[in-house]
Amino acid sequence: MNIPTITTILTSTTEATDIKTITFRYPGTVLPGQFFMIWIPGVDEIPMSVSQITKDVKGFTFRKIGDATHALYHLSPGSKIGVRGPYGNGFKLTGKHLLFVGGGTGIAMLVPVVEQARKRNLQSTVIIGVKTKNELFFEDRLRLCGATVLVSTDDGSKGYKGLASDLAKDILTKENIDAVFTCGPEPMMKTLLSCCKTIPFQASLERYMKCSIGICGQCCVGNGLRVCLDGPIFDGKTLKKDEDFGIYKRDAAGRKIPF
Amino acid sequence: MQRMIDCGAGAIVTKSIGMQPREGYANPTVLELEYGLLNAMGLPNPGIDQYGQEMKKLQKSKTPIIGSIYAATTEEFVALAHKMEQYGAAAVELNVSCPHAKRYGLEVGCDATLLHTIVSSVKQQVKIPVFVKLSPNVVNIVEIAQAAEKGNADAIVAINTVKGMKIDLETAHPILANRTGGYSGKAIKPIGVRCVYDIAQNVNIPVIGVGGVTTGEDAVEYFMAGASAVQIGSAVYYRGPEVFKHVCKEINVWMDKHGYKKIAELVGAAYQ
Repeated sequence: MNIPTITTILTSTTEATDIKTITFRYPGTVLPGQFFMIWIPGVDEIPMSVSQITKDVKGFTFRKIGDATHALYHLSPGSKIGVRGPYGNGFKLTGKHLLFVGGGTGIAMLVPVVEQARKRNLQSTVIIGVKTKNELFFEDRLRLCGATVLVSTDDGSKGYKGLASDLAKDILTKENIDAVFTCGPEPMMKTLLSCCKTIPFQASLERYMKCSIGICGQCCVGNGLRVCLDGPIFDGKTLKKDEDFGIYKRDAAGRKIPF
Repeated sequence: MQRMIDCGAGAIVTKSIGMQPREGYANPTVLELEYGLLNAMGLPNPGIDQYGQEMKKLQKSKTPIIGSIYAATTEEFVALAHKMEQYGAAAVELNVSCPHAKRYGLEVGCDATLLHTIVSSVKQQVKIPVFVKLSPNVVNIVEIAQAAEKGNADAIVAINTVKGMKIDLETAHPILANRTGGYSGKAIKPIGVRCVYDIAQNVNIPVIGVGGVTTGEDAVEYFMAGASAVQIGSAVYYRGPEVFKHVCKEINVWMDKHGYKKIAELVGAAYQ
């Protein structure tokens, strides 16, 4: 059986303007980078990567942008949602000094893998890239686990003024980075990949998803790689061969939409 | 589609394509139940004009591409078939059997007179073979198959999904956003085998069996019921895209073990 299981929302926390974290009870094993399908009965069902992993409780963080996230945003603790998963492959930690680059809400799903790296005592440098400082969240949580946190803002309201990928380029030349992990706008991730050359690279891709179990083809990229099942994490080698990466995605009708 | 070709599929049936782009239904669109998949995708597709790009990418491949099309009127079916032919499709498959798209699909496929008109109009306008995919959600599938044959269809494809529903007990909500959907996979194989068995004895055109084919033995069962070929969909979920290689190999192993040399020897073996 692969259907939503009804659970109640444990907590709903505001992280920044229009951004919330919702937690629910889920006692199973979940890897950083994996996702759940979250069903809001009568509204929609959408994929959500985990941003919080503890033994019995899992959580996800989202920005209010569409019907489903709007509905989720206004649900209070105790409300019922359907959950199925976890789906997808998750990140694989390699190397000793790791660089994490999160663009926008992309940082949310990177936090669990940073925390996992820190638990293994791996040196972790994190770049959070946002448009402006009001959109910043999880900075404290990342510092608390012992990561070195750098902030970039498009408008220079905090930290480095400019793109996260430019700041990352800087770090990559100055420091001895063994591996790069990223989630954010795809053109940013594509630029980052081109800076990595031989450095191992893993990126989490986002596509419009329907079935989430590898059968419908909606989220396919390149030569039939399914983001829901073969991803959502892909390595640099795969992405360099993927003609779609950073170029276009598909809408609900399967039409190609340039980034 | 390229990946399915690489995984050993002998031919590819496209998603059903219509005149206009269509987003399909909200999620949930696909559930796995105890014995099969229940889906209400809602015929999402980029529309026939944009679909040319996708077909173009597959032109180098030697694998035949069967263009599946859906429409509400005869004129639209003809226009779509024309485009598919231009795009290099080896055949067209008329989807007159989607159980959950209003105006399209089943509403066309349970009206023998309308179906006859559609099939004969398409046949007059295109040179490539025309297949007709039928629904089991009708009173008499043989009558519908005969109407398609009278319209000069080149083959019958049976069956499309069986209309169904799944309700969540905690919230009393039907889980699929469209509420009802089409059931596929192992659970519907006996229904498909029965339909093929009935149709194949009453028409003189080939029948393509579909519904729950997961292993080589499932395919053999469809051949014995009268199918000349089989289609696979849900089993991609159960066995991965490699299912095509596996099933082909399993058919060969079964035939060797039982002393059959050609699939033709198996077709209709159950009529005795």
